[in-house]
Amino acid sequence: MLNEATTLEGGFSNPVLNAQSVFRAVMDAMAKPATIVEVDAVVAPPSRLGRAAAAVACALIDVDTPFWLDATLAESTALRAWLAFHTGAREMATCADVAFALIGAPATMPPLERFAQGTQEYPDRSATLILQLPGLEGGTPLTFEGPGIRDRVVLAPRGLPQDFAAQWKANRKRFPRGVDLVLTTGDAIACLPRSARLVEMEG
Amino acid sequence: MNAHTQVSNYNFAYLDEQTKRMIRRAILKAIAVPGYQVPFASREMPMPYGWGTGGVQVTASILGPDDVLKVIDQGADDTTNAVSIRKFFQKVAGVETTTSTEDATIIQTRHRIPEAPLQEDQILVYQVPIPEPLRFLEPRETETRKMHALEEYGLMHVKLYEDIAKNGHIATTYAYPVKVEGRYVMDPSPTPKFDNPKMHMSPALQLFGAGREKRIYAVPPHTEVISLDFEDHPFEVQRFDKPCALCGAEQVYLDEVVLDDRGGRMFVCSDTHHCESRQAAGHRGEMSGEVLS
Repeated sequence: MLNEATTLEGGFSNPVLNAQSVFRAVMDAMAKPATIVEVDAVVAPPSRLGRAAAAVACALIDVDTPFWLDATLAESTALRAWLAFHTGAREMATCADVAFALIGAPATMPPLERFAQGTQEYPDRSATLILQLPGLEGGTPLTFEGPGIRDRVVLAPRGLPQDFAAQWKANRKRFPRGVDLVLTTGDAIACLPRSARLVEMEG
Repeated sequence: MNAHTQVSNYNFAYLDEQTKRMIRRAILKAIAVPGYQVPFASREMPMPYGWGTGGVQVTASILGPDDVLKVIDQGADDTTNAVSIRKFFQKVAGVETTTSTEDATIIQTRHRIPEAPLQEDQILVYQVPIPEPLRFLEPRETETRKMHALEEYGLMHVKLYEDIAKNGHIATTYAYPVKVEGRYVMDPSPTPKFDNPKMHMSPALQLFGAGREKRIYAVPPHTEVISLDFEDHPFEVQRFDKPCALCGAEQVYLDEVVLDDRGGRMFVCSDTHHCESRQAAGHRGEMSGEVLS
């Protein structure tokens, strides 16, 4: 049996203002790609989901936006019940058509091209992937340029798929189609909108 | 924190939470695809279409209790549209408002970009009447959508070329089309083309809301915004013969004010805050008047 108290508790204590503050952090991070932004993550999700990832989910996902969980997260019945209660959204069995995907083990996640890419006419009909990473610092440095970035910016997230660089380049090539990423760890996030171009560094 | 309860029975910033989430998701997609118009389920607002319902919905969805809001209408803080929208948010969100460009965190605008350079972390929200730059060339939404999808913008250049053929120069003076990050042609809303260069590489985030047409689009900070032109007819902004008659400012956008029925007129800053702060700093124009002793 699920512990009902755990399911019902741990959401936004002030749904209106908490959602606003988390959204502003995401908007800020989306407008300044690959920059680490602190989220006032005032949620207490079941242990398997990080606080920032849970806060972003609670702020953006609702009855209009079905979501998908990767195998690591889907294993946790407590988490599924918690998300269902706090977002009101439907969980889907496949990742192809969802608006949001929550990914607990990004290293083994399905390729980016498996998620909704939007169409050439409606590129907004694409998935936003919320990745839970072991860290946003200390990994392989990735250099980005593009809208929202003055000159260049370096982000070194840990726990991305081995071939992430190649996958991201392919994602950028599909522009204006493509997925957008919200990288999370602890109470921090960094966003990679599809407009961010990965720069090949020499040496 | 409970300032908004002055008007009971309304949610903070008027819109319900599900509507805000829908608009917020549209804003994020708009930022991810700069210049692309994201459809959204625009709500009826307690003001008529044409009064900035798109901008108001965008502002309501991003606004927090710590924000400081400035609203301008054609550059002025004190005209009907600006005053009523400012009062609306004072009432339904209890936020602090200002007329100072420097102090504002969110600036909602109808048809101008402030003269004072915007800063990192400021957000400019445009009220947009017709978001589709190709609409007067091709009335069918199905077609314009396809033109954007295929990056087929030849028609727009033909329009600008016809301007040159008829008038000897590009006669479009407002809503002058721009290309964002080399991909989407975008309507900068009916700002005078004087303001187009300010959009290019602006450190502020620019969000556009069209309420009646149900579209949201965005230009992230530090993003390339190029006004369309031709090699032999490069883009040019308006020039004014005289400085502002009140504060003497040059290189600013001026409004013409008719003074009498004998042809008397003056030109003054359209950005009222800019003009007032210059006058406060001691700048004088030729008609600023002196205090009679």
